[in-house]
Amino acid sequence: MFKKVFARTKALEDVPFHFCPGCTHGIIHRLIAEAIEELNIFEQTIGVCPVGCAVFAYNYFACDIFQAAHGRAPAVATGIKRALPDRVVFTYQGDGDLAAIGMGEIIHAAARGEKISVFFINNSVYGMTGGQMAPTTLPGQITATTPYGRDREINGNPIKVCEMLSVIEGTAYVARVSVHNPASIIKAKKAIKKAFQVQLRGLGFALVEILSTCPTNWGLSPAEALNWLAENLIAYYPLGDFKIPKEEAKNV
Amino acid sequence: MAKVLMKGNEAFGEGAIRAGCRFYFGYPITPQSELAHFLAKRMPEVGGTFLQAESELASINMVFGAAGAGARAMTSSSGPGISLMQEGISFIACAELPCVIVNIMRGGPGLGNIAPVQSDYFQATRGGGHGDYRLIVLAPSSVQEIIDLIREAFDLAEKYLNPVLMLGDGLLGQMMEPMELNEEKNFFIPPRPWAASGRMGGPKRIINTLYIVPEEAEKHNLKLNQKYKKIEANEQRWENYQTEGAQLVLVAFGTAARICMGVVDYCRDQGLPVGLIRPITLWPFPVKAFDSILSLDTVHYFLSVEMSTGQMIEDVRLAVNGRRPVFFYGRYGGMLPVLTDVVKEVKKLLLEEEP
Amino acid sequence: MFESVLLAGFGGQGILSAGQLLAYAGTLAGKHVTWVPSYGAEMRGGTANCGVTISSRPISSPIVSEPEALMAMNRPSLEKFEQSVVSNGLIVVNSSLVNCKIARKDVQVMYISANKLAEELGNNKVAVNIVLGALIFLTQIVSLELAIESLGKVFPPRHQKLIALNQRALKAGAQFFDHLAKEKAG
Repeated sequence: MFKKVFARTKALEDVPFHFCPGCTHGIIHRLIAEAIEELNIFEQTIGVCPVGCAVFAYNYFACDIFQAAHGRAPAVATGIKRALPDRVVFTYQGDGDLAAIGMGEIIHAAARGEKISVFFINNSVYGMTGGQMAPTTLPGQITATTPYGRDREINGNPIKVCEMLSVIEGTAYVARVSVHNPASIIKAKKAIKKAFQVQLRGLGFALVEILSTCPTNWGLSPAEALNWLAENLIAYYPLGDFKIPKEEAKNV
Repeated sequence: MAKVLMKGNEAFGEGAIRAGCRFYFGYPITPQSELAHFLAKRMPEVGGTFLQAESELASINMVFGAAGAGARAMTSSSGPGISLMQEGISFIACAELPCVIVNIMRGGPGLGNIAPVQSDYFQATRGGGHGDYRLIVLAPSSVQEIIDLIREAFDLAEKYLNPVLMLGDGLLGQMMEPMELNEEKNFFIPPRPWAASGRMGGPKRIINTLYIVPEEAEKHNLKLNQKYKKIEANEQRWENYQTEGAQLVLVAFGTAARICMGVVDYCRDQGLPVGLIRPITLWPFPVKAFDSILSLDTVHYFLSVEMSTGQMIEDVRLAVNGRRPVFFYGRYGGMLPVLTDVVKEVKKLLLEEEP
Repeated sequence: MFESVLLAGFGGQGILSAGQLLAYAGTLAGKHVTWVPSYGAEMRGGTANCGVTISSRPISSPIVSEPEALMAMNRPSLEKFEQSVVSNGLIVVNSSLVNCKIARKDVQVMYISANKLAEELGNNKVAVNIVLGALIFLTQIVSLELAIESLGKVFPPRHQKLIALNQRALKAGAQFFDHLAKEKAG
């Protein structure tokens, strides 16, 4: 007799991902799906996927799901959650989607304290459109639209989403995690689960920023990309909880 | 039933509630704000949701979310705000979700002014956003018609799974008229097996507008187009006003139609053979109205009267299809056609133009 | 028979509400009614006017471009709209704020110093309803009783004092010309 120690989660469809080799979107999809299954909320969960590399998330997540216009996922999620307050609603958004074109929507959803869970995938570059500068591209980082490196004088500064959103009343939980090694993946899973729990407890808006890789547009091998993330992205975007629910803060 | 005196903008709100709409998302803009003020008060009374969004981009996407989750939802705005909504409207049309959008038109282009115009006709009737789609467009011309038509708007939206746009202008929105309220609880909301409302043990639903494979996108476009053809065949609405024996037929909608009714009354008193076709659906345009009136053979010409530099006239010409001359009279930028000026134009045509 | 009235003055005088009062009264009378405002972007201080049509027939155009009766609450309004009144029409002038006489000979002109009468009632703000009361008396476009009944529609019930005050204003306006007519007859 063999004991089954690892199985597919039912919250994901049994189809291959289209993501590039070494891209961590697949890991993040899986973590979210596992959290949904483990919290036993699969039947009442509604997802909203973005425009960008994760646009096909509706093919991968097995729950009911919307595909929103670029950046508008928090507004779409607001409409869903207001119409169906007893459902669990999450958005899955990249850095261009959330921090550039959808900045207005995310800030106001946070300020309203919408009871949704937002998963913000930050890989510091636009993937689908061909590696252009993202709002989170690091100073000096070379992209298709910053061929000489991001110059603060010309392109301004990267946006630190967690730091910014954590000062907004209405956000209940804001955390930044990474998926560059097994230990960080385990922590990421915990944060993702917590974002759902915060919603289930009606505490307010929850956002988990997940530092992610883009080997294709970074011009690195999958292994190099994981190292680059650890050395460069984490240095600029420190990991950790930026805001935890008030009741927990008291206990600390 | 006793009549109630109400503003046009408020009638949109009360009518929506009586049609079972319980979700309103919007952003303030003149001259439609009374609609938002009204629903901000009224929605909580019926257990509904009124939410002021951070922009029109957000409000139309909130409608997208609520409608996709199965709710009767609406938004309202005016020109500049409706322009911002076009992205979301295109998505809603593609995803085939029912919703109602009210545009209380204001002077444009640009920031323009808050005076009544009809210059968003092209935007309303040609789809408005990117891609090949149509909205059902209803144009009431009285407060009573607002409250009657908005219920129909929700029903049409659901019958065809298509956004419905109601087109008014600042004057219609601000105007007060007595009207009869329809029965409050007499609405039927059909089941929504397509709604992505959480699987709850059922099959997976996807609200999607991405068709990355051109063959599939063509199929979807064809499906939409077949729906539009059906709407064109079944849903043309218009009113004939004193068209019997008319040699000159005015064509006007909304506020311009009210002014033209005055023109027709005035002309008929003077024995001038003038009538009016008032399109109620702007899309589908009531082509049938022109076919039937031309079969009578009394009509010599048409005069399209608009509060724009001439937009609906293109549809009038397509409907008349060269069978009679079509003339234009318009005022722009928020100026209203003056009854006596239109009468002058009518007399000039009747006396000077060879039939 | 008077059917169309234009009420004009400056913002803050209560012109739009007075027009609505007339519209409510017409509605209570079971008539066809339209009320159409026209005002600047500024909420107060600018010119304000509205057109009211009350008819036993359906109203085609709601726009009152050639009123049968004009209520002019200040001089700029009178200057702006005097010429638009139909021949044989009526102009009611608030002579408290209009210090000139009307040159037109083809219209009936009635002067009433509404602000003075309003102060006698203890509140300058009711001047507009004094003129409205006069207009109703002179045109019989609706009955004064229905106008008084409609005060409850324009003011929320918590404003009982205002309703009573405006009732006195409407009556004062109507009585002003009633007395005048009786004096002449006597």
